[in-house]
Amino acid sequence: MADQHGARNAAPTPRTAVVIGGNRIPFARSGGAYAYSSNKDMLIAALDGLVARFGLQGERIGEVAAGAVLKHSRDFNLTREAVLGSALSPETPAYDLQQACATGLETVVGLSNKIRLGQIESGIAGGVDSASDAPIAVSEGLRRVLLDLSRARTTQQKLTTLAKLRPKDLAPNAPSTGEPRTGLSMGEHQALTTAAWEITREAQDELAFRSHRNLAAAYDRGFFSDLMTPYRGVTRDANLRADTSLEKLASLKPVFGTSLGTPATMTAGNSTPLTDGAAVVLLGSEEYATANNLPMLANVVDAEAAAVDFVHGGEGLLMAPVHALPRLLERNGLTFEDFDFFEIHEAFAGTVLSSLAAWEDADYCKRVLGLDGALGSIDRSKLNVNGSSLAAGHPFAATGGRIVASLAKMLSERGGRGLISVCAAGGQGVVAILEGRN
Amino acid sequence: MADAYLDLVNTPLPGRIAKALGLPRPSVLRRYFPVEVLAPQPVLVTGAGAGADALADALLGWDVEVRRHVLPGEKLSAAVVVLDRAGTPADLAAPMLELGQAVRLLVPGGRVVGFLRSAADTTDPAEAAARQGIDGALRSVAHELRGGATANGIVLRGTTPTTDPTALGALRFFLSGRSAYVDGQFIEVTSAPAEGVADLAAANRSMSEWEGVPDQPLAGRTAVVTGAARGIGAKIAEVLARDGARVVAVDVPAAGEQLARVANDVGGTALQVDITAPDAAARILDHVGRRFGTLDIVVHNAGITRDKLLANMDASLWDSVIAVNIASQLAMNEQLLASPVFSDTGRIISLASTSGIAGNRGQSNYAASKAGVMGMVRAQAVAFDGAGRTINAVAPGFIETEMTAKIPPLTRQVARRLSSLQQGGLPVDVAETIAFLASDAAAGINGQVVRVCGQNLVGA
Repeated sequence: MADQHGARNAAPTPRTAVVIGGNRIPFARSGGAYAYSSNKDMLIAALDGLVARFGLQGERIGEVAAGAVLKHSRDFNLTREAVLGSALSPETPAYDLQQACATGLETVVGLSNKIRLGQIESGIAGGVDSASDAPIAVSEGLRRVLLDLSRARTTQQKLTTLAKLRPKDLAPNAPSTGEPRTGLSMGEHQALTTAAWEITREAQDELAFRSHRNLAAAYDRGFFSDLMTPYRGVTRDANLRADTSLEKLASLKPVFGTSLGTPATMTAGNSTPLTDGAAVVLLGSEEYATANNLPMLANVVDAEAAAVDFVHGGEGLLMAPVHALPRLLERNGLTFEDFDFFEIHEAFAGTVLSSLAAWEDADYCKRVLGLDGALGSIDRSKLNVNGSSLAAGHPFAATGGRIVASLAKMLSERGGRGLISVCAAGGQGVVAILEGRN
Repeated sequence: MADAYLDLVNTPLPGRIAKALGLPRPSVLRRYFPVEVLAPQPVLVTGAGAGADALADALLGWDVEVRRHVLPGEKLSAAVVVLDRAGTPADLAAPMLELGQAVRLLVPGGRVVGFLRSAADTTDPAEAAARQGIDGALRSVAHELRGGATANGIVLRGTTPTTDPTALGALRFFLSGRSAYVDGQFIEVTSAPAEGVADLAAANRSMSEWEGVPDQPLAGRTAVVTGAARGIGAKIAEVLARDGARVVAVDVPAAGEQLARVANDVGGTALQVDITAPDAAARILDHVGRRFGTLDIVVHNAGITRDKLLANMDASLWDSVIAVNIASQLAMNEQLLASPVFSDTGRIISLASTSGIAGNRGQSNYAASKAGVMGMVRAQAVAFDGAGRTINAVAPGFIETEMTAKIPPLTRQVARRLSSLQQGGLPVDVAETIAFLASDAAAGINGQVVRVCGQNLVGA
């Protein structure tokens, strides 16, 4: 009896969760090549490419977790439906997860934890988003009338209900990237932060330019040949402009922050466009990878989520990773110097640059983050070395999977340690550490 | 892609009209389907001597009904003419004339298989004349056969007995639907070293031993197929997987979507590699080594055409064809042979082409690459000789693919009818021959170029 209690109380030694590999479809601009592909279609394509790469046909994976930010209500079981449509065993369980743009990264964190705890041996994490095939809802007025109508019994009740309908109720509600609590779009929110941190147009364009250049170089050296499977004839991220220049980027007109009283700096070139795409990551225990002769690219070490009060607290909407990161570093006893690669999701060039500025600002770090001084600066040559969302595009929930797989491959090639930072709507953010195994 | 004429003449009325007008009447070929009954009717074994007797015994062991002489009116599934003892041209008369009686009795899709020795292995002019004579006679029989029947020869090199395991393997291949579009061909067989033959008992099991279980001669093998995303390559992947192999489907990254579909259909893995890249072989060997340990079978199928008359040819068209079709194979073979991952009993099968044998207008670059494949295969075979590994080439003739579907309709119709079988082959016909060459049963076949062309007049 005592022994049993003892066994139950003993904390299990967590195992190591490893990234085995990944697969994504090339990202397409909204309304482009995937305009008529649904989230389910794209997630199945990403899963099937992963299955083909690793020979997982008919295999029962421990669990598949994925999600979409723009999701039809009929897709309540999106991930499970995608599994059923894929070449995986139909006995593979799945769940949907949604944490805005951090969805993909959070699925990696969640499944890695299950693997570490020994609950599953293998998992597929990922996400998908279609800005093209977005759900369109009926207006609140029409919705109420339709619901009342379904409950009406007599003809008179039905007519009375229908009479409540007004012409304006017939206009559909398209999805927006507006924050429900402020009514501001994500771009306008970032424009406030960009202005507050006095990020220049030139610095933002430079970051965008490097993103395109780095992504193009990664393609040229075949980096994506085992990370990507073409879809619907698209073989490269459609947003990539390999031939873009600082001059071209400088010629674009600002689109956000045009009425702030400060110079507007955010253009279509230094902001991510609406994008369609899907990405998945194969995770496993070391035992699973060894038993199946699968590669182990990197370990998933730790992760931290944060949220900020962007509504009343004066913090920028996309600044939550700035808060999450010091907590993660402290818990792991690490500093910026301990990292070889930084993957900071480029929602906007201004987001990345505001985050870097915040971590370099001693006063902000003391006052807002409660640190002793500046967290430090990041060597730009280690930042987004294979390009990021400005060049690749950003199908919201797919971005985490894209980053994790690419970083894990870099770590398997070069060794070292990598940091991931993803900001998300609702003032949230998730950061994570991956570690190479050599 | 479908051959509408073939379908049409195999219906009653149009068939009679075609016959009355003397138009070509191609038959629907008998193709392999697991599980196959090798010979539902008796098989004639004609020819005198111990070699013929031993072959008759071997066929009995496969539960095939054997006849040593034609019985009037009795239908035959196949006629095996054993001429391994022919010493002078005069020795051909009796067996060939008996064969003449037998071909009248062949069922549709019947088979004629000759056993002979190589003229290259004798210095006696009369013996060489006899041996070479059999070659000409059998090729003529192949031209004469109708109803989807074929005639092929097994050339025994040196003192290889008729019942050598590989000779029996070749016989089984020729009797089977696997060789449906192989016609008028001669495969040379040399006694294989025992260590190169992992499981010949399985390869030569009797019909009753099959017990309705599909034959999986490639079970446990790992095979790499380049250019596997579509066409003949996709079919090769499918057939090798059907025969039990673990397939690594390779194609350029741009074809990744189709490649993934092929890999998932055959339960294999997809590897997106441009075979002309310097690290192509390293990536393939790394993948196979890590996942499966040993690489047993390599099918160099990837190929491109960039047709232009030589007068209009530019360097990029020439170079790209050479790079993909032959230079990549040479580079990859070099690295395969240097790698511990490539099996000691490994098989390399390269895709040649009848264009490489006969040349083809507008295809000087392609023909150079495909003739180059044959040269490479023959030279590498010498280096392999007797050591367990083999290398062979398969030269497809007119095959119904997306590529040949682009040929103008009239030219396409003519090209189809230019073979003894009066029709184009299917990708599966090429794949079946490759699967045979990859199997243990083909351990003693090395340095051969097997045409899968329905005895096309081109390059004959």
